[in-house]
Amino acid sequence: MKSKWWLIGLAVCLLVACLSPLASSSPDGLERVAEDKGFIDLGQEAPFQIIADYVFPGIENEAVATILAGLIGTLILFGVAYGLAWLLVLRKKELT
Amino acid sequence: MHIPDGFLNVATMATTAVVSAGGVGNAVRIANKKLGEKQVPLMGVLAAFIFAAQMLNFPIVGGTSGHLIGAALAAILLGPWAAVLIMSCVLIAQCLIFQDGGLLALGANIFNMGIVASFSGYYLYRLVSLLLGDNRRGKLVGGFVAAWGSVFLAAIVCAIELAVSGASPIKVVLPAMAGFHALIGIGEGLITGAVLSFVLATRADLLQLQRI
Repeated sequence: MKSKWWLIGLAVCLLVACLSPLASSSPDGLERVAEDKGFIDLGQEAPFQIIADYVFPGIENEAVATILAGLIGTLILFGVAYGLAWLLVLRKKELT
Repeated sequence: MHIPDGFLNVATMATTAVVSAGGVGNAVRIANKKLGEKQVPLMGVLAAFIFAAQMLNFPIVGGTSGHLIGAALAAILLGPWAAVLIMSCVLIAQCLIFQDGGLLALGANIFNMGIVASFSGYYLYRLVSLLLGDNRRGKLVGGFVAAWGSVFLAAIVCAIELAVSGASPIKVVLPAMAGFHALIGIGEGLITGAVLSFVLATRADLLQLQRI
């Protein structure tokens, strides 16, 4: 089991993602400064939306939509970073 | 601290994009040379953890929240260049899939939360470990200081970019950004310290890996 420690690590990450509906919905530091100092209106909407604002589209229950977005993102990030690192190790020195 | 499109002017976005592209390219080159098989799953787990933890905004004062950046944690465990790679993965996914952080501002966000936060966190950790010794206390205090400093510095750089872009005068935006992020940094420090203490208790060998 020791060699599969990262499975436990990934499970912990997925668990953390399930806590996401508990997150504070207040503006973050930058948004707050932008509101206070009057430049929030400069912000532009993204030209396309996929899982905008960490809410999976088309699901009525916002907590479920948020958890789903969190789980998907967590798995994607695990896959992408693992895959990138694996490629870099596999193709050692090929890039240099 | 994800900058949306519209806050920065073209010159600032272009400059930070060029610097970030160079930084990420260099990170790929260095990781290609130094990354070992042992670090591969840790790269995946850290990217997943940083993404998940970034969703958990915690309240600070007066109706404001903050969330983990995670660059200092990644830099402490894997080294600053590996941290740049991890943060870039997270920030690119957040921008493209979750519309968090602007498409055109991606270079600035990678520069602030990837490059500035990773390197400041890494060297602050090294400095504190040097001063307090390579023991549990040194690692945990180092982790807290590195995490706090990384958020504070990233916020200052972000404020400078906003001021240069003409979004808000520097004497207005700098103290505001620094003030809120001095508080958010405490959260970053506590989370980083908690994760390091968990790693020390369960897989202390992960803190002995070669840093990249």
